[in-house]
Amino acid sequence: MRELKITPIKNGTVIDHISNGLALEVLRILGVQTIDKDSTVSVALHVRSGKLGWKDIVKVENMELSPRKSNAIALIAPTATISIIRDFKVREKRPVDLPERIVGVLRCPNPNCITNQPEPVESEFEVTQRRPTVLTCAYCDREVEDFLHHLA
Amino acid sequence: MTLRGRDLISVRDLSREEIEEVLASARKMIPYAEGTKVMHPLANKIVAMAFFEPSTRTRLSFESAVQRLGGTCVTIADASVTSMRKGESLHDTIRMLSSYADAIVIRHPSEGSARLAARASDRPVVNAGDGAGQHPTQTLLDLATMQEAFGTLSGLKVVLLGDLKFGRTVHSLAQALALFGCEVVLSSPPSLALPDQARRRLRQSGARVTDEEDVRRAMKDADVLYVTRIQKERFGDLAEYEKVAGSYRIDAALLQDAKPRLIVMHPLPRAGEIAPDVDGTTHAAYFRQSFLAVPVRMALLDAILGGPRRGAG
Repeated sequence: MRELKITPIKNGTVIDHISNGLALEVLRILGVQTIDKDSTVSVALHVRSGKLGWKDIVKVENMELSPRKSNAIALIAPTATISIIRDFKVREKRPVDLPERIVGVLRCPNPNCITNQPEPVESEFEVTQRRPTVLTCAYCDREVEDFLHHLA
Repeated sequence: MTLRGRDLISVRDLSREEIEEVLASARKMIPYAEGTKVMHPLANKIVAMAFFEPSTRTRLSFESAVQRLGGTCVTIADASVTSMRKGESLHDTIRMLSSYADAIVIRHPSEGSARLAARASDRPVVNAGDGAGQHPTQTLLDLATMQEAFGTLSGLKVVLLGDLKFGRTVHSLAQALALFGCEVVLSSPPSLALPDQARRRLRQSGARVTDEEDVRRAMKDADVLYVTRIQKERFGDLAEYEKVAGSYRIDAALLQDAKPRLIVMHPLPRAGEIAPDVDGTTHAAYFRQSFLAVPVRMALLDAILGGPRRGAG
Protein backbone atom coordinates (compact mmCIF):
# COMPACT_ATOMS: atom_id res chain seq x y z
CA MET A 1 0.00 0.00 0.00
CA ARG A 2 1.32 3.45 -0.86
CA GLU A 3 2.17 5.76 1.96
CA LEU A 4 -0.21 8.69 2.20
CA LYS A 5 0.82 12.14 3.23
CA ILE A 6 -1.66 12.28 6.07
CA THR A 7 -1.24 10.64 9.42
CA PRO A 8 -2.91 7.36 10.35
CA ILE A 9 -5.73 7.50 12.91
CA LYS A 10 -6.23 5.24 15.88
CA ASN A 11 -10.02 5.14 15.85
CA GLY A 12 -12.46 6.68 13.40
CA THR A 13 -13.59 6.66 9.80
CA VAL A 14 -11.75 6.96 6.51
CA ILE A 15 -13.74 7.95 3.48
CA ASP A 16 -11.61 7.06 0.49
CA HIS A 17 -12.10 7.11 -3.29
CA ILE A 18 -14.07 10.35 -3.20
CA SER A 19 -14.24 11.78 -6.71
CA ASN A 20 -11.59 14.46 -7.14
CA GLY A 21 -12.77 17.83 -5.81
CA LEU A 22 -15.67 16.63 -3.67
CA ALA A 23 -13.91 16.27 -0.28
CA LEU A 24 -15.15 19.65 0.92
CA GLU A 25 -18.72 18.63 0.14
CA VAL A 26 -18.18 15.43 2.12
CA LEU A 27 -16.94 17.55 5.03
CA ARG A 28 -20.08 19.65 4.74
CA ILE A 29 -22.21 16.52 5.02
CA LEU A 30 -20.20 15.28 7.99
CA GLY A 31 -20.76 18.62 9.68
CA VAL A 32 -17.16 19.27 10.79
CA GLN A 33 -18.35 21.77 13.38
CA THR A 34 -20.12 18.95 15.22
CA ILE A 35 -17.03 16.75 15.44
CA ASP A 36 -15.42 16.25 18.87
CA LYS A 37 -12.99 19.17 19.40
CA ASP A 38 -10.11 16.86 20.39
CA SER A 39 -10.37 14.83 17.18
CA THR A 40 -8.30 15.36 14.08
CA VAL A 41 -9.89 15.77 10.68
CA SER A 42 -7.51 15.17 7.77
CA VAL A 43 -8.33 15.97 4.20
CA ALA A 44 -6.27 14.95 1.20
CA LEU A 45 -7.14 16.63 -2.06
CA HIS A 46 -5.98 15.50 -5.47
CA VAL A 47 -4.32 12.23 -4.52
CA ARG A 48 -3.21 9.77 -7.21
CA SER A 49 -5.54 6.81 -7.52
CA GLY A 50 -5.24 3.63 -9.58
CA LYS A 51 -9.01 3.40 -10.04
CA LEU A 52 -10.05 7.02 -10.41
CA GLY A 53 -6.93 8.78 -11.70
CA TRP A 54 -7.26 11.39 -8.97
CA LYS A 55 -9.24 11.23 -5.78
CA ASP A 56 -9.87 12.91 -2.44
CA ILE A 57 -9.71 11.32 1.01
CA VAL A 58 -11.25 12.39 4.32
CA LYS A 59 -10.25 10.94 7.68
CA VAL A 60 -12.10 11.77 10.87
CA GLU A 61 -10.92 10.60 14.25
CA ASN A 62 -13.34 9.19 16.82
CA MET A 63 -16.40 9.27 14.59
CA GLU A 64 -18.51 6.57 12.95
CA LEU A 65 -20.94 7.58 10.24
CA SER A 66 -24.69 7.67 10.81
CA PRO A 67 -26.77 5.95 8.11
CA ARG A 68 -28.16 9.35 7.06
CA LYS A 69 -24.70 10.80 6.49
CA SER A 70 -23.59 7.65 4.74
CA ASN A 71 -26.59 7.97 2.37
CA ALA A 72 -25.77 11.58 1.65
CA ILE A 73 -22.17 10.68 0.80
CA ALA A 74 -23.40 7.87 -1.44
CA LEU A 75 -25.39 10.44 -3.39
CA ILE A 76 -22.62 12.91 -4.11
CA ALA A 77 -19.66 10.51 -4.13
CA PRO A 78 -20.96 7.13 -5.32
CA THR A 79 -17.42 5.74 -5.79
CA ALA A 80 -16.44 6.35 -2.16
CA THR A 81 -15.49 3.60 0.24
CA ILE A 82 -15.89 3.80 3.99
CA SER A 83 -13.40 2.16 6.34
CA ILE A 84 -13.96 1.90 10.05
CA ILE A 85 -10.64 2.06 11.92
CA ARG A 86 -10.22 0.66 15.41
CA ASP A 87 -6.83 0.63 17.08
CA PHE A 88 -5.07 1.59 13.81
CA LYS A 89 -6.55 -1.41 11.99
CA VAL A 90 -9.23 -1.43 9.28
CA ARG A 91 -12.05 -3.37 10.96
CA GLU A 92 -14.62 -2.88 8.24
CA LYS A 93 -14.39 -1.61 4.67
CA ARG A 94 -17.38 -1.17 2.40
CA PRO A 95 -18.44 0.85 -0.59
CA VAL A 96 -21.08 3.48 0.14
CA ASP A 97 -24.50 2.04 -0.49
CA LEU A 98 -27.52 3.88 -1.82
CA PRO A 99 -30.73 2.64 -0.19
CA GLU A 100 -34.07 2.57 -2.04
CA ARG A 101 -35.34 5.61 -0.12
CA ILE A 102 -33.49 8.72 0.97
CA VAL A 103 -35.16 10.51 3.87
CA GLY A 104 -34.29 13.98 5.12
CA VAL A 105 -31.02 14.35 3.20
CA LEU A 106 -32.10 16.57 0.30
CA ARG A 107 -34.53 19.42 -0.26
CA CYS A 108 -37.03 18.90 -3.07
CA PRO A 109 -36.03 21.12 -6.02
CA ASN A 110 -39.69 21.99 -6.61
CA PRO A 111 -40.31 25.18 -4.59
CA ASN A 112 -44.05 24.44 -4.64
CA CYS A 113 -43.63 20.93 -3.19
CA ILE A 114 -45.50 20.44 0.08
CA THR A 115 -42.23 19.32 1.74
CA ASN A 116 -40.91 22.88 1.22
CA GLN A 117 -43.87 24.32 3.16
CA PRO A 118 -44.01 24.51 6.96
CA GLU A 119 -45.35 20.96 7.39
CA PRO A 120 -44.18 18.38 9.94
CA VAL A 121 -42.69 16.07 7.31
CA GLU A 122 -39.19 15.24 6.10
CA SER A 123 -38.28 15.21 2.46
CA GLU A 124 -38.33 11.73 0.96
CA PHE A 125 -36.99 10.49 -2.36
CA GLU A 126 -37.16 7.16 -4.11
CA VAL A 127 -34.14 6.00 -6.08
CA THR A 128 -35.77 5.57 -9.49
CA GLN A 129 -32.57 5.05 -11.47
CA ARG A 130 -29.04 3.96 -10.64
CA ARG A 131 -25.88 4.88 -12.61
CA PRO A 132 -26.46 7.73 -13.03
CA THR A 133 -28.59 8.12 -9.93
CA VAL A 134 -31.99 9.74 -10.36
CA LEU A 135 -34.19 10.39 -7.33
CA THR A 136 -37.92 11.12 -7.45
CA CYS A 137 -39.71 13.06 -4.72
CA ALA A 138 -42.12 10.69 -2.96
CA TYR A 139 -44.55 13.59 -2.53
CA CYS A 140 -44.58 15.71 -5.69
CA ASP A 141 -42.93 13.29 -8.14
CA ARG A 142 -40.23 15.80 -9.18
CA GLU A 143 -36.93 14.24 -10.23
CA VAL A 144 -33.61 15.47 -8.90
CA GLU A 145 -30.18 14.76 -10.34
CA ASP A 146 -28.18 17.72 -9.08
CA PHE A 147 -27.77 16.53 -5.49
CA LEU A 148 -24.99 18.91 -4.47
CA HIS A 149 -27.27 21.91 -4.77
CA HIS A 150 -30.13 20.32 -2.89
CA LEU A 151 -28.49 18.99 0.26
CA ALA A 152 -30.77 19.85 3.19
CA MET B 1 -62.97 -4.41 -7.03
CA THR B 2 -59.47 -4.03 -5.71
CA LEU B 3 -59.75 -0.33 -4.90
CA ARG B 4 -61.61 -0.76 -1.64
CA GLY B 5 -60.00 1.31 1.11
CA ARG B 6 -57.23 2.58 -1.16
CA ASP B 7 -55.99 6.10 -1.84
CA LEU B 8 -55.98 7.54 -5.33
CA ILE B 9 -53.21 10.12 -5.58
CA SER B 10 -51.78 9.63 -9.06
CA VAL B 11 -53.07 7.85 -12.14
CA ARG B 12 -49.94 5.73 -11.81
CA ASP B 13 -51.53 4.21 -8.68
CA LEU B 14 -53.91 2.38 -11.04
CA SER B 15 -53.24 -0.53 -13.35
CA ARG B 16 -54.84 -0.66 -16.78
CA GLU B 17 -57.26 -3.32 -15.49
CA GLU B 18 -58.28 -1.14 -12.54
CA ILE B 19 -58.90 1.82 -14.86
CA GLU B 20 -61.03 -0.42 -17.09
CA GLU B 21 -63.02 -1.58 -14.06
CA VAL B 22 -63.75 2.01 -13.00
CA LEU B 23 -64.77 2.94 -16.55
CA ALA B 24 -67.07 -0.09 -16.84
CA SER B 25 -68.67 0.74 -13.49
CA ALA B 26 -69.01 4.41 -14.55
CA ARG B 27 -71.01 3.39 -17.63
CA LYS B 28 -73.45 1.53 -15.36
CA MET B 29 -73.63 4.56 -13.06
CA ILE B 30 -74.96 6.91 -15.76
CA PRO B 31 -78.71 6.42 -15.02
CA TYR B 32 -77.98 6.77 -11.29
CA ALA B 33 -76.01 9.96 -11.98
CA GLU B 34 -78.97 11.27 -13.98
CA GLY B 35 -81.34 10.39 -11.16
CA THR B 36 -83.48 8.00 -13.21
CA LYS B 37 -82.37 5.07 -11.02
CA VAL B 38 -81.55 5.12 -7.33
CA MET B 39 -79.07 3.25 -5.15
CA HIS B 40 -77.38 4.10 -1.89
CA PRO B 41 -74.15 2.14 -1.41
CA LEU B 42 -72.70 5.11 0.51
CA ALA B 43 -75.62 5.32 2.99
CA ASN B 44 -74.25 6.42 6.40
CA LYS B 45 -70.92 7.37 4.83
CA ILE B 46 -69.47 10.85 5.16
CA VAL B 47 -66.99 12.15 2.61
CA ALA B 48 -64.95 15.24 3.49
CA MET B 49 -64.34 17.72 0.68
CA ALA B 50 -61.10 19.49 1.60
CA PHE B 51 -60.76 22.20 -1.04
CA PHE B 52 -57.93 24.59 -0.28
CA GLU B 53 -58.06 26.16 -3.73
CA PRO B 54 -61.04 27.50 -5.69
CA SER B 55 -62.93 24.90 -7.71
CA THR B 56 -66.44 24.75 -9.04
CA ARG B 57 -66.97 21.72 -11.20
CA THR B 58 -64.60 19.35 -9.43
CA ARG B 59 -66.05 20.01 -5.99
CA LEU B 60 -69.68 20.11 -7.10
CA SER B 61 -69.37 16.94 -9.17
CA PHE B 62 -67.78 15.12 -6.22
CA GLU B 63 -70.51 16.36 -3.88
CA SER B 64 -73.16 15.37 -6.40
CA ALA B 65 -71.53 11.92 -6.76
CA VAL B 66 -71.54 11.36 -2.99
CA GLN B 67 -75.17 12.42 -2.65
CA ARG B 68 -76.36 10.35 -5.62
CA LEU B 69 -74.82 7.34 -3.83
CA GLY B 70 -76.71 8.16 -0.63
CA GLY B 71 -73.74 9.57 1.29
CA THR B 72 -73.26 12.99 2.85
CA CYS B 73 -70.46 15.55 2.63
CA VAL B 74 -68.66 17.84 5.02
CA THR B 75 -66.95 20.56 3.04
CA ILE B 76 -64.09 23.02 3.31
CA ALA B 77 -64.64 25.21 0.27
CA ASP B 78 -62.45 28.10 1.31
CA ALA B 79 -59.17 27.58 3.15
CA SER B 80 -59.33 31.08 4.60
CA VAL B 81 -62.11 30.04 6.97
CA THR B 82 -60.17 27.09 8.44
CA SER B 83 -57.63 26.95 11.25
CA MET B 84 -54.91 26.86 8.59
CA ARG B 85 -55.27 30.61 8.65
CA LYS B 86 -54.19 30.41 12.28
CA GLY B 87 -51.12 28.46 11.17
CA GLU B 88 -52.41 24.89 11.44
CA SER B 89 -50.50 22.58 9.10
CA LEU B 90 -52.20 20.68 6.31
CA HIS B 91 -51.02 17.51 8.04
CA ASP B 92 -52.94 18.34 11.23
CA THR B 93 -56.01 19.58 9.36
CA ILE B 94 -56.24 16.30 7.45
CA ARG B 95 -55.61 14.24 10.55
CA MET B 96 -58.54 15.99 12.21
CA LEU B 97 -60.76 15.56 9.14
CA SER B 98 -59.98 11.87 8.91
CA SER B 99 -61.62 11.40 12.28
CA TYR B 100 -64.81 13.08 11.03
CA ALA B 101 -65.23 11.34 7.68
CA ASP B 102 -64.95 7.97 5.93
CA ALA B 103 -62.91 9.37 3.06
CA ILE B 104 -61.30 12.66 2.07
CA VAL B 105 -61.25 14.36 -1.31
CA ILE B 106 -58.52 16.99 -1.42
CA ARG B 107 -57.57 19.86 -3.69
CA HIS B 108 -54.59 21.95 -2.66
CA PRO B 109 -52.28 24.42 -4.45
CA SER B 110 -49.02 22.61 -3.48
CA GLU B 111 -47.67 19.62 -5.39
CA GLY B 112 -47.39 16.56 -3.18
CA SER B 113 -50.11 17.78 -0.81
CA ALA B 114 -52.38 14.84 -1.62
CA ARG B 115 -49.60 12.34 -0.86
CA LEU B 116 -48.98 14.10 2.44
CA ALA B 117 -52.71 13.97 3.17
CA ALA B 118 -52.81 10.25 2.42
CA ARG B 119 -50.04 9.69 4.94
CA ALA B 120 -51.70 11.89 7.56
CA SER B 121 -55.09 10.22 7.16
CA ASP B 122 -56.11 6.73 8.18
CA ARG B 123 -59.05 7.00 5.76
CA PRO B 124 -58.78 6.79 1.97
CA VAL B 125 -57.74 10.03 0.26
CA VAL B 126 -58.64 10.98 -3.30
CA ASN B 127 -56.54 13.64 -5.03
CA ALA B 128 -58.71 16.24 -6.76
CA GLY B 129 -55.71 18.24 -7.98
CA ASP B 130 -52.43 19.12 -6.22
CA GLY B 131 -50.97 22.30 -7.73
CA ALA B 132 -49.44 21.58 -11.11
CA GLY B 133 -49.20 17.91 -10.13
CA GLN B 134 -51.75 15.15 -10.57
CA HIS B 135 -55.50 15.12 -11.11
CA PRO B 136 -56.34 11.44 -11.53
CA THR B 137 -60.14 11.63 -11.44
CA GLN B 138 -60.06 14.17 -14.28
CA THR B 139 -58.04 11.62 -16.23
CA LEU B 140 -60.60 8.92 -15.53
CA LEU B 141 -63.46 11.06 -16.79
CA ASP B 142 -61.43 12.09 -19.85
CA LEU B 143 -60.88 8.42 -20.65
CA ALA B 144 -64.58 7.71 -20.05
CA THR B 145 -65.50 10.43 -22.57
CA MET B 146 -63.19 9.00 -25.23
CA GLN B 147 -64.34 5.46 -24.58
CA GLU B 148 -68.00 6.46 -24.82
CA ALA B 149 -67.38 8.23 -28.13
CA PHE B 150 -65.30 5.49 -29.79
CA GLY B 151 -66.19 2.32 -27.89
CA THR B 152 -62.50 1.75 -27.16
CA LEU B 153 -59.36 3.55 -26.10
CA SER B 154 -56.73 1.44 -27.83
CA GLY B 155 -55.16 2.93 -30.88
CA LEU B 156 -56.76 6.36 -30.66
CA LYS B 157 -54.80 9.32 -31.95
CA VAL B 158 -55.05 12.06 -29.35
CA VAL B 159 -53.80 15.63 -29.79
CA LEU B 160 -52.97 17.42 -26.52
CA LEU B 161 -53.19 21.12 -27.33
CA GLY B 162 -52.25 24.21 -25.39
CA ASP B 163 -50.65 24.53 -22.00
CA LEU B 164 -48.77 21.28 -21.61
CA LYS B 165 -46.36 22.75 -19.08
CA PHE B 166 -48.63 23.79 -16.22
CA GLY B 167 -51.80 21.94 -17.22
CA ARG B 168 -51.99 19.18 -14.64
CA THR B 169 -54.74 17.39 -16.52
CA VAL B 170 -52.50 16.65 -19.48
CA HIS B 171 -49.67 15.09 -17.46
CA SER B 172 -52.02 12.55 -15.89
CA LEU B 173 -53.89 12.00 -19.14
CA ALA B 174 -50.77 11.46 -21.23
CA GLN B 175 -49.61 8.76 -18.79
CA ALA B 176 -52.93 6.96 -19.01
CA LEU B 177 -53.09 7.21 -22.81
CA ALA B 178 -49.69 5.55 -22.95
CA LEU B 179 -51.12 2.67 -20.93
CA PHE B 180 -53.78 2.12 -23.60
CA GLY B 181 -51.43 2.30 -26.57
CA CYS B 182 -52.73 5.60 -27.88
CA GLU B 183 -50.77 7.82 -30.23
CA VAL B 184 -50.13 11.16 -28.55
CA VAL B 185 -49.45 14.37 -30.49
CA LEU B 186 -48.16 17.29 -28.41
CA SER B 187 -49.10 20.72 -29.74
CA SER B 188 -48.17 23.80 -27.74
CA PRO B 189 -46.38 27.13 -27.93
CA PRO B 190 -42.68 26.36 -27.25
CA SER B 191 -42.77 28.14 -23.88
CA LEU B 192 -45.59 25.83 -22.72
CA ALA B 193 -44.14 22.53 -23.96
CA LEU B 194 -44.46 19.34 -21.94
CA PRO B 195 -41.68 19.29 -19.29
CA ASP B 196 -38.75 16.98 -20.06
CA GLN B 197 -39.49 14.69 -17.13
CA ALA B 198 -43.07 14.05 -18.30
CA ARG B 199 -41.88 13.53 -21.86
CA ARG B 200 -39.18 11.06 -20.81
CA ARG B 201 -41.66 9.08 -18.73
CA LEU B 202 -44.08 8.91 -21.62
CA ARG B 203 -41.38 7.52 -23.89
CA GLN B 204 -40.30 5.05 -21.18
CA SER B 205 -43.87 3.76 -20.93
CA GLY B 206 -43.77 2.96 -24.62
CA ALA B 207 -46.07 5.73 -25.84
CA ARG B 208 -45.90 6.88 -29.43
CA VAL B 209 -45.31 10.61 -28.98
CA THR B 210 -44.80 13.27 -31.65
CA ASP B 211 -44.65 17.07 -31.57
CA GLU B 212 -46.51 19.35 -33.93
CA GLU B 213 -46.87 22.99 -33.02
CA ASP B 214 -49.23 23.74 -35.93
CA VAL B 215 -52.77 22.82 -34.85
CA ARG B 216 -54.02 22.12 -38.37
CA ARG B 217 -51.25 19.63 -39.06
CA ALA B 218 -51.52 18.12 -35.55
CA MET B 219 -55.24 17.50 -36.11
CA LYS B 220 -54.74 15.49 -39.29
CA ASP B 221 -56.28 12.01 -38.80
CA ALA B 222 -56.76 12.68 -35.09
CA ASP B 223 -59.65 11.15 -33.15
CA VAL B 224 -59.47 13.47 -30.16
CA LEU B 225 -58.46 17.11 -29.87
CA TYR B 226 -57.89 17.76 -26.17
CA VAL B 227 -57.68 21.52 -25.58
CA THR B 228 -56.46 23.05 -22.33
CA ARG B 229 -56.69 26.50 -20.84
CA ILE B 230 -53.52 28.52 -20.38
CA GLN B 231 -53.15 28.56 -16.62
CA LYS B 232 -52.74 32.26 -15.91
CA GLU B 233 -52.52 31.64 -12.15
CA ARG B 234 -49.40 29.49 -12.57
CA PHE B 235 -47.35 32.16 -14.38
CA GLY B 236 -44.80 33.95 -12.21
CA ASP B 237 -44.49 36.67 -14.84
CA LEU B 238 -47.69 38.11 -16.30
CA ALA B 239 -45.84 39.47 -19.34
CA GLU B 240 -45.00 35.86 -20.24
CA TYR B 241 -48.68 34.98 -19.92
CA GLU B 242 -49.73 37.79 -22.23
CA LYS B 243 -47.26 36.54 -24.86
CA VAL B 244 -48.84 33.12 -25.17
CA ALA B 245 -52.47 33.88 -24.30
CA GLY B 246 -54.62 33.70 -27.35
CA SER B 247 -51.91 31.97 -29.39
CA TYR B 248 -54.36 29.20 -30.30
CA ARG B 249 -58.10 29.12 -30.80
CA ILE B 250 -60.32 26.34 -32.12
CA ASP B 251 -63.39 27.35 -34.13
CA ALA B 252 -65.88 25.66 -36.41
CA ALA B 253 -64.03 26.77 -39.56
CA LEU B 254 -60.80 25.13 -38.40
CA LEU B 255 -62.65 21.90 -37.67
CA GLN B 256 -63.89 21.59 -41.26
CA ASP B 257 -60.60 19.89 -42.11
CA ALA B 258 -60.92 17.41 -39.24
CA LYS B 259 -62.12 13.81 -39.36
CA PRO B 260 -65.95 13.81 -39.13
CA ARG B 261 -65.80 11.77 -35.91
CA LEU B 262 -63.13 13.89 -34.22
CA ILE B 263 -64.21 14.97 -30.74
CA VAL B 264 -63.06 18.19 -29.08
CA MET B 265 -62.52 17.92 -25.34
CA HIS B 266 -61.65 20.52 -22.71
CA PRO B 267 -61.42 20.15 -18.92
CA LEU B 268 -63.23 23.53 -18.63
CA PRO B 269 -63.48 26.34 -17.74
CA ARG B 270 -62.48 27.59 -21.18
CA ALA B 271 -61.05 31.05 -21.64
CA GLY B 272 -61.41 31.66 -25.36
CA GLU B 273 -59.54 28.55 -26.58
CA ILE B 274 -62.72 27.11 -28.09
CA ALA B 275 -65.08 29.46 -29.92
CA PRO B 276 -68.77 29.18 -29.01
CA ASP B 277 -69.55 28.22 -32.64
CA VAL B 278 -68.00 24.79 -31.92
CA ASP B 279 -70.68 24.09 -29.29
CA GLY B 280 -73.33 23.29 -31.91
CA THR B 281 -71.13 20.93 -33.96
CA THR B 282 -70.96 17.14 -33.57
CA HIS B 283 -67.32 17.59 -32.55
CA ALA B 284 -68.13 19.26 -29.21
CA ALA B 285 -67.67 16.71 -26.41
CA TYR B 286 -66.70 19.02 -23.54
CA PHE B 287 -70.15 19.32 -21.99
CA ARG B 288 -70.63 15.56 -22.12
CA GLN B 289 -67.17 15.31 -20.58
CA SER B 290 -68.18 17.51 -17.65
CA PHE B 291 -71.37 15.47 -17.12
CA LEU B 292 -69.39 12.23 -17.05
CA ALA B 293 -67.48 13.62 -14.06
CA VAL B 294 -70.40 12.55 -11.88
CA PRO B 295 -70.78 8.86 -12.89
CA VAL B 296 -66.99 8.43 -12.99
CA ARG B 297 -66.56 9.88 -9.50
CA MET B 298 -69.52 7.80 -8.33
CA ALA B 299 -67.85 4.67 -9.69
CA LEU B 300 -64.61 5.55 -7.98
CA LEU B 301 -66.13 6.41 -4.59
CA ASP B 302 -68.29 3.29 -4.75
CA ALA B 303 -65.18 1.20 -5.46
CA ILE B 304 -63.25 2.77 -2.59
CA LEU B 305 -66.02 3.08 -0.01
CA GLY B 306 -69.13 1.26 -1.15
CA GLY B 307 -70.86 -1.40 0.88
CA PRO B 308 -71.93 -4.82 -0.45
CA ARG B 309 -72.98 -4.73 -4.13
CA ARG B 310 -76.62 -4.12 -4.72
CA GLY B 311 -76.65 -4.73 -8.44
CA ALA B 312 -75.69 -1.47 -10.08
CA GLY B 313 -77.10 -1.66 -13.60
